[in-house]
Amino acid sequence: MASWGEASQSRLIGKRITRLSGKDKVTGKAKYTYDINRPGMLYARILRSEVARAEVIALDLTPAEELPGVKAVIELTQVGNQLRYQGQEIAAVAAETDDIAKDALRLIHVELEELPFVVTEDDALAEGAPEIRDWTGNKSDPNVDERGDLEAGFEEAAVIVEAKYHTPVQTHVCLETHGNVAEWRGEEYLTFWASTQAVFGVRNDLARTFDLPANQVRVITEHMGGGFGSKFGPGVEGHTAARLSKMTGKPVKLMLTRRAEHLVAGNRPSMTQHVKAGATSDGRLIAYDMQGYGTGGIGSGAGFTGPYVYSVENSRTERFNVATNAGNQRAMRAPGHPQGAFAMDSLMDELAEKLGMNPLEFRRLNDSSEVRQAQYTLGAQEIGWHKRNTVPGSGTGIKKRGLGVGSGQWGGGGGRGTQARVTINADGTVEAVTGTQDIGTGVRTAIAIIVAEELGLQPTDISVTVGDSEPGLPSGGSGGSQTTPSVAPVIKTAAEAAKQKLFEHVAPLLQAPVDDLRVGIGTIYVASDRTKTVTWKQATGQLGMESISEGGNWDEDLRQGGVAGTQFAEVEVDTQTGHVGVIKIVAVQDCGLAINRLATESQINGGVIMGLGQTLLEERIMDPQTGRMLNANLEDYKVPGTYEIPEIKAIVFDTHRKVSGVGEPPCIPTLGAIANAVYNAIGVRIRELPITPDKVLTALAEKKA
Amino acid sequence: MDNFSYVNATDLEQVTSLLSDSGWGEVMVVAGGTDLLGELKEYIETPKTLINLKSLPGMDSISMNTTGITIGALTTVADIANHPTIQQRYTVLAQAASSVATPQIRNVGTLGGNLCQRPRCWYYRDETVNCLKKGGDTCYAVDGLSKYHAILGGDPVFIVHPSDIAPALIALGASLKIVGPEGEKTMKVEEFFTLPAANPFRENVLQPNEIVVEVHVPQPKQGTKSFYLKAREKGAPDFALASVAGVFEMMGQTCQNANIVLGGVAPAPWRSTEAENILSGKVINESVSNNAGAAAVKDAQPLNDNAYKVTLTQNLISRTAMMAVS
Repeated sequence: MASWGEASQSRLIGKRITRLSGKDKVTGKAKYTYDINRPGMLYARILRSEVARAEVIALDLTPAEELPGVKAVIELTQVGNQLRYQGQEIAAVAAETDDIAKDALRLIHVELEELPFVVTEDDALAEGAPEIRDWTGNKSDPNVDERGDLEAGFEEAAVIVEAKYHTPVQTHVCLETHGNVAEWRGEEYLTFWASTQAVFGVRNDLARTFDLPANQVRVITEHMGGGFGSKFGPGVEGHTAARLSKMTGKPVKLMLTRRAEHLVAGNRPSMTQHVKAGATSDGRLIAYDMQGYGTGGIGSGAGFTGPYVYSVENSRTERFNVATNAGNQRAMRAPGHPQGAFAMDSLMDELAEKLGMNPLEFRRLNDSSEVRQAQYTLGAQEIGWHKRNTVPGSGTGIKKRGLGVGSGQWGGGGGRGTQARVTINADGTVEAVTGTQDIGTGVRTAIAIIVAEELGLQPTDISVTVGDSEPGLPSGGSGGSQTTPSVAPVIKTAAEAAKQKLFEHVAPLLQAPVDDLRVGIGTIYVASDRTKTVTWKQATGQLGMESISEGGNWDEDLRQGGVAGTQFAEVEVDTQTGHVGVIKIVAVQDCGLAINRLATESQINGGVIMGLGQTLLEERIMDPQTGRMLNANLEDYKVPGTYEIPEIKAIVFDTHRKVSGVGEPPCIPTLGAIANAVYNAIGVRIRELPITPDKVLTALAEKKA
Repeated sequence: MDNFSYVNATDLEQVTSLLSDSGWGEVMVVAGGTDLLGELKEYIETPKTLINLKSLPGMDSISMNTTGITIGALTTVADIANHPTIQQRYTVLAQAASSVATPQIRNVGTLGGNLCQRPRCWYYRDETVNCLKKGGDTCYAVDGLSKYHAILGGDPVFIVHPSDIAPALIALGASLKIVGPEGEKTMKVEEFFTLPAANPFRENVLQPNEIVVEVHVPQPKQGTKSFYLKAREKGAPDFALASVAGVFEMMGQTCQNANIVLGGVAPAPWRSTEAENILSGKVINESVSNNAGAAAVKDAQPLNDNAYKVTLTQNLISRTAMMAVS
């Protein structure tokens, strides 16, 4: 059975190793899609609807076509079509400069007849609301799930909590907006630089769309500025760039504006849930009844988890989607989980309080995960759980502190479908190639670490190529925290195979059987006689005119899904200004084998920061009056900055020696931990995110009154 | 943004003559550009000509004499924030300047620009929404989403004035100098700003052919303490939900005179004589400070989403006053 070996035997795996692309990134040498400039390249822009719902009455591209410098103008909708959300595409322009393209957009003549719209869940569900899609009352058919006997459960309950929890729509805010550079060679071959988290997914989509053999499309994503689930396909902007490039015979760059990024490039759906839950006097969660909905805009997919993490015998849940005239949701970092976790962890605290129990003890009684049980102990120690206010809000002074806890669960076990090659050249150089992409998690470095560990080299000795479909070594999209667990087994087995081949070449030189050879640090030696050794270069010198190039295999035993996490938060609430400052987050994250401990900690930090943003700041604000998103920018759509970042104690909780993904799970427990800490600090519960000063001050005033 | 011609200013006479007769918006001036550039990119403004004021000589310095300090309109916000004498003696001004935006913006944004910046209102800043401020007939904040809007002096336009520096200058009793085709005039900074009832389209008395050239701040009396407190949702960059510039002439625990000017709550920097009257001549303690805060907001008329600003403003005033005795 293949294994990663004992921790004590690992020279590199599990250590803290600086990412290989770090220097290139901080010096600006790393080229993102935004940075790609091709000879003769045109700049494309998309004209979008500024209204929530309208019929296209007239569309005339001629005035734009006549502007000097404009090379192509295309329709992305037609007269008679209905535009169903702000930001929906109307037409696109390719021009010699970006400024000309912008000017040209404004010359396109569009006449729209505005139609009644709904941009908020409340408006969509109101009686007599205009129905904006094929759902009665803008509601999808509900998903109902029943377990056990709910009525009996409530009868057994000693305490019951009824509450309504809400999280608003959050947008992805990828640092690099969506976009592409498309370049055709004749009509037969398309090279496509894409800011994507699925190089091969984009390749296959483009091949289908443009009726090309898959090997005549090359997709390149050397570096990318974030995807978080929103960048799996080429999207309208990708198809548009490729169309414009084909029409003009020139390379075309099309990057979304920040405004468009908020409007159309995906979002995490909202969640509203009415929940009634009961617990027995000895602290068992016994009944859970929830009705909830969310909006994924004009599309569906607004699901969320509930009940979450904790076991409950008797439950009934009913969930549906609400259609609104707003951009479609897309997968976003642990889809459905953070919002579900916020509601569940708030509920758990409310129940615990009614029972007069320590909320951590109440969790322990209802959590069947042994991993999380251990994490509770470690996290509580680290945050100083004993410091919490046993009576919430009982602290004195203007600024009050509180502690809270939250939990999470994720899969991240990886899967088949990755091809990789490890090549050893006669001059000693080593190349590792696979068609995955580095969405930012540092998979490039992880690959180098695995190969270097296997071959007795340093990670910097390995030249890693990812983010390119041309070598024809496919890999899946970076979603579901699957990248490293999918890629690592294949890379490891490829490196092992290459090592075996090298041993075969070196055995005659060392006059020893192949199975007696081992790698040292930059050496190959004979295990039974360590005086017999050659340097790496002497060994590879044996290859003469040849190279070794070996593929790898998927190996179930090298990876494992299912990771648990818990987080503890300490906050300080300024009761005069309503400002919530997070002092410290302790994030205990189960992650299996951490290939690169530093990158794993970095993942945890990033998840915590994203979770913090969702808890305290982020909200897509839709105006029922005008149908516009009012904060499609980074001024009023607020993401955490330096001042918001607390001390983050990222604890890499290694539970086994198999690789698990950890991209998504660390953003889940943060919400409940912070929200519960706020309650512990001020004794007033905010059940609606984000917890902004207006809500805190209003809640404090209500408590006082 | 639309194309425009760009003129480097050589002297004030040239600037005012280029501005003359153009009305608003045809010819505009730019210094740091941190506000104007956003307006151009969003097509809120589409001038035909931009006059670059940065090329004017001698307007970017801070000078001092026994009467106070004089600050050229082209002085950067960073230079004000980092000036040792301002930090020491005109503390409220240094604190207000250092709370503006980010280091990058403070390094290029100017004093004149900060005073003349346009509102951040999300309806005003959306090109496709023709609000009252832009000549339409509705202030959408009235029935719309108004979390960041005015609780005082709003009618009929409920924007808030975004400047941090203006409340500090008014609290310090500063005056400013304006140059126009007819020469120069001086007025109190307090008189410079106007409310929408007087003019819904502009935030100050400046005419289309006038520019602010300098600010004079009188030297605070011995024993003066001053503070700028700014509440915001995000540490930086963020505009004020509410802010308080407080200048207190102290004798021991007694406040002989207090100037209290609010930011972020009204369409102009809002001087609260109600709070000043309660604080002036009193020994400052918790109850006096609380009363001052309450008095300042007693006439507040919040919209749908901003009642929290009433409490917030009250609390900030009270906190500022308590700082004078701590």
